[in-house]
Amino acid sequence: MIAVRLRMASTLLGAAIVLAVAGVALLAPLLVPHDPFAQDLMTRLVPPMWLDGGQAAHPFGTDQLGRDYLSRLIYGARISMLIGIATVVTSGLIGTTLGVLGGFFGGWVDDAVMFVITCRLSIPLVLVALAVVSLVGSSLSVVVLTLGLLLWDRFAVVSRTTTMQVRNLDYVSAARAAGCSRVSIMLREVLPNIVHHLAVVATLEMALAILLEAALSFLGLGVPAPLPSWGLMIAEAKDYMFFTPWVIQIPGIALFVLVLGINLLGDGLRDLLGAARDA
Amino acid sequence: MISLLLRRLALALMVTLTVLTISFALTRLSGDIAVSIAGPAASAEDVAIIRKTYGFDRPLPVQFVDWVRSAASGDLGRSYLYRQPVSELIRDRLPTTLKLGVSALLLALFTALPLGILAAMREGSLVDRGVMLVALVGQAMPGFWLALLLIIQFGLNLQWLPIAGAEDWTGYVLPAIVLAFSAIPALMRLTRSGMIDALSSDYVRTARAKGLSRASIVLKHAARNAAMPVVAISAVQLGALLGGSIVIEAVFALHGVGYLAWESISKNDFPVVQAVVLFLAVIYIALTLIADLFNAVLDPRLRAA
Amino acid sequence: MTPETVLEVRDLRVRFGTGVDAVRGVSLGVRAGETHCLVGESGCGKSVTALAVMGLLARGATRNAALVAFRGTDMMALSEREMARLRGDKIAMIFQEPMTSLNPAFTIGSQMAEVLERHRGGGRRRALDRAAGLLGRVGVSAPGMRLAQYPHQLSGGLRQRVMIAMALMCEPELLIADEPTTALDVTVQAQILRLLVELQRDLGLAILLITHDLGVVARVAHRVSVMYAGEVVESAAVDELFAAPSHPYTRALLACVPVPGTVRRDQPLGSIPGTVPRMRPGFVGCAFRARCRYAMDVCAEAVPERLRAPGHRYLCQLAA
Repeated sequence: MIAVRLRMASTLLGAAIVLAVAGVALLAPLLVPHDPFAQDLMTRLVPPMWLDGGQAAHPFGTDQLGRDYLSRLIYGARISMLIGIATVVTSGLIGTTLGVLGGFFGGWVDDAVMFVITCRLSIPLVLVALAVVSLVGSSLSVVVLTLGLLLWDRFAVVSRTTTMQVRNLDYVSAARAAGCSRVSIMLREVLPNIVHHLAVVATLEMALAILLEAALSFLGLGVPAPLPSWGLMIAEAKDYMFFTPWVIQIPGIALFVLVLGINLLGDGLRDLLGAARDA
Repeated sequence: MISLLLRRLALALMVTLTVLTISFALTRLSGDIAVSIAGPAASAEDVAIIRKTYGFDRPLPVQFVDWVRSAASGDLGRSYLYRQPVSELIRDRLPTTLKLGVSALLLALFTALPLGILAAMREGSLVDRGVMLVALVGQAMPGFWLALLLIIQFGLNLQWLPIAGAEDWTGYVLPAIVLAFSAIPALMRLTRSGMIDALSSDYVRTARAKGLSRASIVLKHAARNAAMPVVAISAVQLGALLGGSIVIEAVFALHGVGYLAWESISKNDFPVVQAVVLFLAVIYIALTLIADLFNAVLDPRLRAA
Repeated sequence: MTPETVLEVRDLRVRFGTGVDAVRGVSLGVRAGETHCLVGESGCGKSVTALAVMGLLARGATRNAALVAFRGTDMMALSEREMARLRGDKIAMIFQEPMTSLNPAFTIGSQMAEVLERHRGGGRRRALDRAAGLLGRVGVSAPGMRLAQYPHQLSGGLRQRVMIAMALMCEPELLIADEPTTALDVTVQAQILRLLVELQRDLGLAILLITHDLGVVARVAHRVSVMYAGEVVESAAVDELFAAPSHPYTRALLACVPVPGTVRRDQPLGSIPGTVPRMRPGFVGCAFRARCRYAMDVCAEAVPERLRAPGHRYLCQLAA
């Protein structure tokens, strides 16, 4: 009983975090106290208001260029959410298509799909993402596309196995016997029955995409400055962290809390929808 | 067993060829590679000279066949930046990355396995909840950020450990901890769920009905069956750790293969990038191959296949 | 009870963490050389009774009893360590699913040998010799070769023979068999039953056999206890029970078994409408009353135990 209640509470907490960050991202222009790009060299590295020397005008302080940290943090939520959602949509389309095809047709189609998945898994993720962004040129859309083209493997694996399970169920055989086309069977009978597994994968991939974007931006090969990506904020503030640790703590906590929220939501969905434990 | 080995080897070879193609294509993404190498200040003649010297004026298929042929013979090209063979560069940097990756994996295994088993034995208890919480936190923690926090705490505030470089083993402590932290959640969850399945299985009930000791039931009968997915994931994780160490090596200024790759990417030293991608992929392929074979030893049912 | 009683259970109760009473005051005795059959539909608590006796209940289930005695020792008072010393040694158990009850990762020989090593010591060589001998005894061909094989290489019937041989490693006095033939083909079922009867005759085993199959009961049982919703509703010697079934549930159960020559083709086979109810704590009265054709108002009150003949008891408001 306690376990069930705890699970409920953590799921709700996760949903609340994700909704809150999404809301902040949507309403960013209305919420920010300052222009997140406006530099003011007179007020550089003002500490947040709970520390000595903090100013009420800058609740989370300012960065090394005097930009309001809270405003940058709020705009950073936009980047993280955008990256997370756009990557999941791209990779979800690629991975699900491959997985459903392989699982539905079996035979050489499945062999081919498995081969593509194996190849993808052999490619070092961070390295290739860095290389692509560096060679093509860093921009938000390049990061989204790169991550989307790289993170589809789990979608493919899960949709492949679940399609195999669904394929042999009675209503699918019935639809086949009734002469429905293969495409319509895949879209109308198979997809709705595996979509709850894919929802769980989507949360995992969203969290991973957000963390990867932060890591790429941190290494200077992700979202370009002056966009306030949380990873980039940490990178830019790194030189000051020994004197003013809050400059890396604040964006890091934001990143951690968002990813934690997504994972809590994913775990809750998994239990709620009865998806496979190791999906 | 032999046919399994042969099929796995054939698959590994095909995957390697595909990765070769991808790593070649990757470096041609930027359009005119001679322009990138020459840099913004170069004149048109400079670019033309570079194009000729490196053979970029030849048709792409010819360049590709050339790259595959030399890669197969162990020649991974020459670095523009260091002006020495890439294979030498990788060989010099590899020990650092290997030390880091292997110690991180060992650290992760020694943490994740006992905790995962303990959590499974007391499913639903406080211990179990604590373990799951650690997994959740580990999953959400950005590695580079944890690295910075540890540097501030243990490097600056307490001054226990160096914050950069690897003069001696102390330089590996923080990077290995950070890297291990990224592998622990998956290993721990998998150990736990595998052990929960095994402990509630019919054969464990039989083992209990035989009056076997608790140690034998948990560590022999259950763990042997829960081990297979853990072995597979450990291989994958070691591959991921070697690949993921690029971020950690950059933060801690550890001059391993990851650092080399990061440096080459930033400076358009594309033969190095191409070679490191291939190198890491081959390591990953080899690791999964070894894991498959090891599992065949663990599971008699696979041996027959 | 008489001194040769091997297992005596008095007023055994098992409650699940989910708030269900799976076993509600079961009493039974098994004597040396005797097969005691526990019959009932699935969900009636017969397997749970067996697991409770062995101390093998899943987590979340609690057991309670006035007495669970093996050869006069109260097993309720034993620690888990002491119980483990008894299990596999003096008391052995085999299960319904031979396909999954053996560990897929170890050879037959290693799984059999570890029982003797655990309880008697004496090294692997001796244990393997004994294992090979027992495999031969239970009718496994080429026993020496089987020792090196893995479970997946054997058929279901062979695996069940291996389970039986494994149970005999330490010459147990009591064998608890939980639906040992249910998962097997009909021909194999007959072979396994015959083997159990032979072994009992040769070794003087006391057997507690759990089954839902009255055909099995008729072939092997000396005594029968009929379980319904966690209670033994009727208990008698096997001939007595078949000749004079007294509880309405026993009668309904017997009516479901077609007897050749008495069934007309146009007549439907008998069945008992409804299912076994889940018993919540605090339930009073006869659990069968919702499905019973003789149900009366008084059935909602505490049910008396009636004695039909010496050794033949049943729980019902109806006098014989």
